[in-house]
Amino acid sequence: MNKTSSLPPSVARLIDAFAQLPGIGPKSASRLAYHLLRAPLEHSMMLADALRDLKARTKLCSRCYNITESDPCEICMDEKRDQSLICVVEEPLDVSAIERVRSFNGVFHVLHGVISPMNGLGPDDLKINELIARIAKQATSDEPVREIILATNPTLEGENTAAFIQRKLAASKVSVSRLARGLPVGGDLEYADEVTLSRALEGRQQLR
Amino acid sequence: MSRSRLYNTQAIILRRVDMGEADRLLTILTPARGKMKVMAKGVRKLTSRKTGHVELFTRVQFVLAQGHTFDVASQADTIEPYVQLREDVQRATLAHYVCELADAFAQEETDESELYELLANALQWLCSASDPQLAVRYVEMRLLTLTGYRPQLYRCAKTSVPIDVDAAVSKSIIFSAYAGGVLSPDAAKFARDGVALMPQTLNLLRAMLSQPFEALSALHIPADVHFQAERALRSVLAFVLERKLRSAQFLKQLT
Repeated sequence: MNKTSSLPPSVARLIDAFAQLPGIGPKSASRLAYHLLRAPLEHSMMLADALRDLKARTKLCSRCYNITESDPCEICMDEKRDQSLICVVEEPLDVSAIERVRSFNGVFHVLHGVISPMNGLGPDDLKINELIARIAKQATSDEPVREIILATNPTLEGENTAAFIQRKLAASKVSVSRLARGLPVGGDLEYADEVTLSRALEGRQQLR
Repeated sequence: MSRSRLYNTQAIILRRVDMGEADRLLTILTPARGKMKVMAKGVRKLTSRKTGHVELFTRVQFVLAQGHTFDVASQADTIEPYVQLREDVQRATLAHYVCELADAFAQEETDESELYELLANALQWLCSASDPQLAVRYVEMRLLTLTGYRPQLYRCAKTSVPIDVDAAVSKSIIFSAYAGGVLSPDAAKFARDGVALMPQTLNLLRAMLSQPFEALSALHIPADVHFQAERALRSVLAFVLERKLRSAQFLKQLT
């Protein structure tokens, strides 16, 4: 029998809804629900409005597949940005991470995942074909794609997805690059794994 | 006397799921304790000392701390990173399949040292073998043998009549997952399922039972023999597991 069955239905429903969220267990879900129960009405209404708007107002940008409220998104519409330089990332959150750096002036393409056969995700489940089509479409425009930066995570799935895209683009004239891999700032050489160290050695930079 | 909270074990990372802010829940295969779920805290942070050591399909030396729900990775050091799997999508897809197979067959709290050794060898073969598909067939056969589902390849699985490959040169031999192996021509008439094997395919499957992989890896296997061996072994695996593996559907697409 459901543990929340002795609660008022509206409270039980909210607890069940919170428990569906990633990383939220039944205890945390109950705490959140009781917090909102005690909080001022406007807090709950603000949360309800934000949740409603999230689904009602957002969509995927038809060019880069980032989450946006306007299509094309602000980044794709920005005339100061270099449309011939596309940075390919796994998730919309990765766009925010690169934007925080403020040194990238190109545009993005969001794959919405990585190739992960064990999790049932293949190339057709990602926006890879859309990337190929975007490059082909842009080839006839004033600003054809000059470089693709593969910025997938340096995990096995991220590396495999980058290798797959690279293979797909082998016949095209577009230059393909990969984010540098190696030691993180503040890292400790002693604890680095073999793959990271070998990549750091491969990508070493001449100082003089 | 109280048991130490920390313990050492080797392991191969089979799966991982992101948890919380920066943690990962790892499914690992260990030689002495079988399949385990282990929490690796903070490994999604770039500055974590363990990040590179707990990558998928890596063979790792762990120091684990006993926990309430999951044991926690206290230290991790790479033994073998299988680097080639990161650079080759085809070999990596086969590694996904092999690790999903190991995950499906491995038991918790059980000595799985033979399965562990097989998986460690399999990942090495997938990195270096000129025919990685043959390595996968070999692993499938060894896995069935280890877990007690070795198909009968020398006698009819129904009537126990010896199956002579030489006498069947002009005919194909029927392999039935439901019956548990090859069938004599008489038994094959009543088979519920069947994969037709050429004599060369049956010889290959028999060699997998008796030969080390290194002895087979030098052979050139024709495509039709490969195809038949794959169908026969997959039919047994589907029969034993009562499901198809998720990664299997991508093998054709990515390899």
